[in-house]
Amino acid sequence: MSDAQGMLSCREVVELVTAYLEGALMEAEEVRFEEHLAMCDGCAAYLDQMRRTIDVAGRLDPEAVDVEACDRLIHAFRTWRAGSEPESGS
Amino acid sequence: MTSTDAEQQIASPEDLRTVEALRAGDERVFRELIERYTASMIRVALMYVRTRPVAEEVVQDTWIGVLGSLPRFEGRSSLRTWIFRILANQARTRARREARSVPFSSLAGPGDDGPTVDPDRFLGADHPAFPGHWASPPRSWEGTPEQELLAGETRERVQDAIDMLPASQRAVISLRDVEGWSSQEVCDLLAISEGNQRVLLHRARAKVREALEEYLDGRAA
Repeated sequence: MSDAQGMLSCREVVELVTAYLEGALMEAEEVRFEEHLAMCDGCAAYLDQMRRTIDVAGRLDPEAVDVEACDRLIHAFRTWRAGSEPESGS
Repeated sequence: MTSTDAEQQIASPEDLRTVEALRAGDERVFRELIERYTASMIRVALMYVRTRPVAEEVVQDTWIGVLGSLPRFEGRSSLRTWIFRILANQARTRARREARSVPFSSLAGPGDDGPTVDPDRFLGADHPAFPGHWASPPRSWEGTPEQELLAGETRERVQDAIDMLPASQRAVISLRDVEGWSSQEVCDLLAISEGNQRVLLHRARAKVREALEEYLDGRAA
């Protein structure tokens, strides 16, 4: 909700979500943010969606490493282990 | 952000065991490190150099640099902080050497400083009762089963959305949300302020959320 008395509008709230989640809002701003959330289903859903987005991002599969590049590095590792300075792998 | 901030983070016992194993020549441990960090390293390198092949070269050179510097690792920072610091230095050096390097500040791209949610989804500022309120609010995902959110195809959409971000946003969201780095670690590594980091992270998350919403709403329709 929004009004002329300094309440946050939904448009403003969506831009503060990351700052809120980071605990970076000033105390007064955080209170206004939470007051808005308490009475606005749309913004509550938006915050929830952001949280879930972050959660999915944290569960992505590790990307496969290029096999050739990995082999070159393992070769460099063996050279290094043998006691010489490794050569550039590229 | 000074380098002393980063150095307050001390290597964990696991880090020290890893370094010990590497010094002893344990190839398996080296391979695990490569597999764990290479994708993120390429993303960070792409903040400084323009093409993926060059970024891949920078990462290769970084691993060689890591081996060369291993005898000097003292555990005054975490192992990953130490590795990524070597990476950032390599990437910056490479970028300076190439005339085509891009200054960090330009990476957000022109026209990428507006609202992160389509303004058409809100009522106008002149609306008599609810200016700036949702006209088209997001659908609640409360009823979306966890397994749908974590399904392979959903995660693919999220990965695709991350891949399409501008380089600096992609690097920040990868380190923070995919790899779980703290804000302080990311700021130290990239030599950016907390505020700058937060803006990049917010823009990145907003775009990934939008892609996810588009996909899930399309399935629900």
